[in-house]
Formats: sequence, structure tokens, C-alpha cells
Amino acid sequence: MANYSLNINGQQKTVEADPDTPMLWVLRDLLDLKGTKFGCGIAQCGACTVHLDGTAVRSCSVPVSAVGENKITTIEGLAENFDHPLQNAWREHDVPQCGYCQAGQIMNAAALLSRNASPSETEIETAMNGNICRCGTYNKIKAAINTAAANM
Amino acid sequence: MTLIKTNYNRRSFLKVSALAGGGLMVGFNWACSPSENLRKAPSEWFDMNAFLSIADNGQVTIMSPNPEIGQNVKTSMPMLVAEELEVPWADVIVKQGLLDEGAFRRQVAGGSQSIRQGWKSLRMAGATAKQMLINAAAQKWGISPADCTAKNGIISGGDNKLSYGEIASLAATMEVPEDVTLKDPKDFTIIGTSQDNVDLESIISGKPTFGIDFEREGMLHAVVMRPPAFGMSLESYDDTETRAVTGVSDVIRFGDKIAILATNTWAGFKGKKALKANWKGKQKLENTDEHDRKMLKLLDTKSSKPKREDGNVGRAFAQADKVIEKVYEAPFLPHNTMEPMNFFADVTDSKVELIGPVQTPLRTRNSVAALLDRPREEVSVAMTRMGGGFGRRLYGDFALEAAEISSLAKRPVKVVFSREDDMTAGIYRPASKYKFRAAVKDGKITGYHLTGAGIGSSRSSWTRENWFPAGGIENYKVESHSLQSNITTGAWRAPITNFLAIAEQSFFDELATEMSVDAVQLRLDILERAKTNPVGKISYEPEKMIGVIKLAAEKGNWGKPETGVSQGFSCYYSHNTYVAEVAHVRMRDGNPFIEKMTTAVDCGIVVNPDAAINQVQGGVVDGIGHAMYGDFKFINGEPQAQNFNEYRLIRAAEAPKVDVHFVKNTNDPTGLGEPSLPPAGGALANGIAKATGTRLYKIPFVKQQITFG
Ligand code: FES
Ligand code: FES
Repeated sequence: MANYSLNINGQQKTVEADPDTPMLWVLRDLLDLKGTKFGCGIAQCGACTVHLDGTAVRSCSVPVSAVGENKITTIEGLAENFDHPLQNAWREHDVPQCGYCQAGQIMNAAALLSRNASPSETEIETAMNGNICRCGTYNKIKAAINTAAANM
Repeated sequence: MTLIKTNYNRRSFLKVSALAGGGLMVGFNWACSPSENLRKAPSEWFDMNAFLSIADNGQVTIMSPNPEIGQNVKTSMPMLVAEELEVPWADVIVKQGLLDEGAFRRQVAGGSQSIRQGWKSLRMAGATAKQMLINAAAQKWGISPADCTAKNGIISGGDNKLSYGEIASLAATMEVPEDVTLKDPKDFTIIGTSQDNVDLESIISGKPTFGIDFEREGMLHAVVMRPPAFGMSLESYDDTETRAVTGVSDVIRFGDKIAILATNTWAGFKGKKALKANWKGKQKLENTDEHDRKMLKLLDTKSSKPKREDGNVGRAFAQADKVIEKVYEAPFLPHNTMEPMNFFADVTDSKVELIGPVQTPLRTRNSVAALLDRPREEVSVAMTRMGGGFGRRLYGDFALEAAEISSLAKRPVKVVFSREDDMTAGIYRPASKYKFRAAVKDGKITGYHLTGAGIGSSRSSWTRENWFPAGGIENYKVESHSLQSNITTGAWRAPITNFLAIAEQSFFDELATEMSVDAVQLRLDILERAKTNPVGKISYEPEKMIGVIKLAAEKGNWGKPETGVSQGFSCYYSHNTYVAEVAHVRMRDGNPFIEKMTTAVDCGIVVNPDAAINQVQGGVVDGIGHAMYGDFKFINGEPQAQNFNEYRLIRAAEAPKVDVHFVKNTNDPTGLGEPSLPPAGGALANGIAKATGTRLYKIPFVKQQITFG
């Protein structure tokens, strides 16, 4: 066990954890931030997507010991008042079905839009291909990303 | 307008009382339709599982018992209540009821049938409350209720006006009306409008919403090691290294399973990895190859009692100009809900508390009570939102595990499955195969013979013998066989039809080609016969099927594809809903790729259009995904895929654009969660056959002799 000081959603947090503990479980079980979801644990589904210094990463595969000073952003901290253009677009299109994958989808899409403000259809598909939606809401996800890009 | 009785033999479907704190409360039964099954009529408060309350301050709350699995019932069903109550939707708060709140004890969960079952009872509850509010206002004003109207939460009569809140307490003292009038569909203001999912805000802001998010002070996380193969049992284990993992607090054996209890999930996973267990084969360890051989043999076996036989099939085949015979095959499939199975249990001397995502709370309560030998009254089940169901959460195995572990550990616990646990300790879609034969004479189908075989019990049925093409073919025979197995199987989104439809609709496409007729026309001809002069009994409406076929053909430009596009057609009836689909397949770098699916749906009145479109699109994507990639084999009882690196699910780039068109009518609404799935794989297969000349007979398509774009 070791102590880690982590910058999460703009706040400094201290946790005691085994160095190999994935950020996913630090967030969910130690910091009680439940928005980041567990889907596969092996970087295959994207449910656990968070930002590490603005880049989308799979938190199930990032050990707490690898985070260091890097800033972590989760769905809870993506935007004040939860009004990120993507969250607004998600409202407009009422994207979720079961909703379980959606935080990961939004976080991944947010990273895409911050590096490419107006992605093409193919760029959206390629960027979002790591995020599984078992309910098959892909049509709405793509439409919502387009709406958000247009509003940014 | 429909006049509907609220009372039957004094067994009321509704209970009314004053709301604690002032106001009106109406209790009703969500799943019971007053027009059917009188025995289900609730007679006492504890039989009510849904509540509508109007507080003195005007707040309207609808407490819905329906667990949300992604079919949007938690939004769509309260819309029905609000419609008849005449309140603006924006003013309604929808809450999920908990099974442990006494009155919610009789909770049952819904599936595709929810809207269908609730259509009358929910509207009746709203209409009754509205009538009582009107009666109270009329009494206060000394005028007749007939001179009063209710709109937007306000009652008007003459020059008087009262808001619902102002009159709610008085309304609670009124007699429950003997009958109430339901609105004419043309006057609907909420039903038929798109309303956001009521949990949308929690979902997009990351609030704890799902079972896996639930936590309780003092709770331990339980990770379970289960037999690695079906047919194996636990011989011995060594937990020394597990107990050395930081965070692991206990290791407990129960039956053939071992629970690792830990202060966090990760410690539990690590503890499980460190556990050394020895397993031995107790039952037969089964193999997919062997299943396949046996099922193929069953397809050639004559059953002593066919499920249906019209005319003389033997003669039709003997006299045929041409006999066409094809076999289609599908594997087991895991459900793979995005949220892995999980459940919370707190078993103490005085009570058993269960919380989590399960679709069958009542059954779960009863089986936990039996397992722990406790009176049912001591067991409560509260449902959370579910990260997908697809049938998996109809089975409460995970809740039973949680209850047993908590009872042994004497601690509150939450069992969480890893993805590997979820995929390998499944209750799978059973593997199945079909053999279709058709006799063609003088350009007509004169004989039809379907044999189905699948993994299941002797009671399982692999066919839907009274559905299409029943009634449309003179000589018609259907048989079904089962192969028993120790691999657990169960319902998977659109049970049976999820593959039967692919096989059937592929076969009709092949028939059309062999007979040199248009694929759509062939179906229409059979339906015309079934409609005008059906052979034997049928349990579908040919007219409605014809309706969706024509709509899909029109919207999908059937027969007039865009340049470079090959079209595939399919249609299917299930869960009382009719769906027809046109797949648009294009070659990309020499390989087929489905670019678009045109979908026509007849599900009666569309309650919440955006949500309905989402359901239909999801079903199509799911159907295509599993037809393309669904692959699950067993070797010596052991599942050969454990996580998403070995099990492929459809992803964003592979999902076609899905255009959805609804047949407009005012019929009672029917299921939507499942019906768009069955026809999708058939349309896809037919489009691929057109594009490549290769016919696919076996799921997953991606493993057949063809490469994909
Ligand atoms: S849980 Fe991290 S990618 Fe699936
Ligand atoms: S909405 Fe259910 S997994 Fe995406």
C-alpha cells in the first residue's frame, strides 16, 4: 500500500492503495465517484473512459501509480453544471437506452472534439470504435456528436 | 372515448386514500389489465404496486414499480397516467418504487409487454384520479361534475377554477367512481410526443444510478470463483495467497463456489487470481462439436407428434417439380449486458434485504426465502436501474449468491461479476438449428416442412408454427426436437425468434430466387392466401404484415437500389408487433458492408416516438451484430470466450444507419423492445447474398467463407 495524491476534477485527493490498483477502482471504490463504469477491465469496451490531461484513457488499465501529477477528469467533472455541449446534445437526442456505457461515450467524444472540432463521419466512427454500446445506440451517439460539434 | 369499469365484483383495481401530509393518493396495479384476467385483480393495498399522488401543493408524483432495463418503460408508462390525469408532463415526478416499502411487495417486472399490459390500467388510474378531483370541485361549488372540465392540472366549472393541489385533500374523501371515461387517441397531448428518459440527467452526469453503484456502510465486496466448466465441481482449494492480498478480509466456500470478500472490488479480483482451486468433472463435460452433430441428426428425425400438420405434406413433396432444402445453424450466445451481474444483500437475524438489478423481484424474493429458509415476509427486494437486460436479469442467480454469502459472512455484501465471470457463468441463448424444405409445383409453393432443434428441455419449443407462413400454404408441417445439456440456457432478447427469423427469412429469399419471383411479392402472395382463405388457424394478422411489408418496400425503394447497393428483404412478427426491413449492402474494397437498414414497424400507437426509434434502432443493430459476430463455443464444458477481446460485439463503425418508419394507427400499443431484432439478420443475409452471390447458413456470418468490409 502507498499514499497517492491525485488531481481529480480540479481537486487534490489523497488515497491509500496498492500501486497496481487501476484508476477505475480508485475512483469508484475509494473516492466514491461512480460515474466511471466497469465493463471489461481489459481496455476493450470504453465504459471506464476518463481524461488524463485531456486525453481519453481507459481507467481500468491505468494503475494509480502511473498517474503522478497528471490531471484526471471524470464525467462528474467534465463541465460545471453538466452543460458540456456533448451533455446538451445527449439531452437533445435523448441518446441513452440502459445508459450504462454513456458516460464513457461522452468522455471519449469530448476528447475527440477537443482535438478535432469538426470531425467527419469516418473520424467519428474511428474515434468511437473503442466504446461498445450493447444497446446499440450508435445512430444517436453519432447524431449527438455532430450536434455538439456544430454547437461548439 | 372508452368507458371503463373500475370495479369488478367489488374487487377494486384501485385504492384511494388521503396522502400523508395532505392530498390524494391512488394505488393501482401496474401490470394488470382490467380487461383481462380478473383473478389478478388486486383487492388490498398490499396488492397495489404503483401509486399516483397529488399533494396539496400540487406536486404530482408517479411511483412506478417497473425496473428500467433500457426499454424506457420508466418514462413511457407514467406518460400514460399523466395523459389521462390531464397534467403537464413537465410537472410530473417519476420515482422508482422499492420492493421493501411494504406496499410495493407485489412488484413484477415488465419486458416488451409492459406497455401492452399497462395500456388500460395506467390510463384508468389517471382517469380515476381526474374524475375524483372533478367530483370534489363540483361538490365544493355545488354544481354537477358534468359541468366541470379538467386541463393542465386545473379544474374549471362555470366561473370557478381550482388547481389540483387545492382540491386534492377533498378528492381523497370522494367515492371511487364506478366507471371512468378514457380519452380518444386523437385528443392525446402527451402520448405520441417525445419525452426524455427520466433518468437522463443522472446518466449523463455520472450519478450513482445502477446496481453496481450501490453501496452501504460496512459492506464488503464479494468476488466469486465458480466452476470453470459446466459439469465440474469443487474438490479442494488453497486460499493462503488470497488471504495475503491487502484488502481481502475473508474467503468462504459455499457449495461449488468460493467467495472472496474484500474491502474493494480490485482486492477481490486480485484475491481470486491468487486462489488455487482443484476441480473435478462430476457430470459430462460437453462440446459444441458434439452438440452440432446431435442436433443435425435430430433435424433428420421424424417426431411422433408434429407441432402442426395441414394437408398432406408427404404427397406435396412427392408430386413436386422441385424440392428445396436448406439447413441454418446458430451457436449459444451470452447476453453481455454492459453492466456485469451484481447484487447487494444484507442478511441479519431479523431481515433479508436485497438491492440490485433484477427483472423478477418477486421470484427472487421467493427463491431467496426458500434458500435461506426464512419467511417471505422477512425478505425484501429493491430494484435499481439496470445496465441492460436482454433476458439475463430475469434470472436471480446473482441475488441468490449475494444472499448466501451475506448469510454466511454475517455482513452486508455486494457481489460483482467480472466480465469473465459474466460471460462464463451465463444463462445462454441456446444453440439451435433449422431445416426448411419447400415443395414447388407449377411455380407455386405447395408444401412446406420445418424442423427445429435446439439445446433445451423436453418442453422447449423451437418453432412458432402458427405464425407466418402458416395459413398461406396448403400442405404445411412443423416439428421440433430438443437436446438436453448441463449448460444453462434461458431467454435472450426475442427468445427463439432471434434466430428462427433469420433462418426463415433467408429461406424465403432463396425460394424466391429458385422460383424466379420477387422476394417481396412471394411473401405478399402467401399472406394474401392467409388473409383471404387461411389454411387452419393462424395467430398473426396477415393484413398488418402486408402493411409493414409495403411500407418498408416503399421507404426502402425496394427493387430500385442506389448504384452499387444490393438490397435484402425480411419481415417478422413477434411480441404482437410487425416489422419489415430492407438492408442496403454495398461492396467496400471488394467486401460486403451494410450501410443502411430501412425499417417499417406496426406497434399500434407510438407512445414516446424518440424512445421508440431508439428501441427499433437498437434492436436492428443488435440483430446485425449478433448475426455477424456472435460466436460462443464450449470445449469440455468450458466457454471458449471470456471477455471482449475474444468475443466480438458490434461497434460504432459497423453499425448501419437505421431509418425507422411507423405505421400510423390508433390500435393499442404493442411491444417494442424486441421485435425489430429478429428480422435484421435475415435482411442482412439476403443483402449479402445479393451482393456477393454467397448464401450464409451459419452464425456468425463473419466466420463464413466470405470477408467483410
Ligand atoms: S472497463 Fe475499461 S475499457 Fe472496459
Ligand atoms: S445504452 Fe446500454 S450499453 Fe449503451
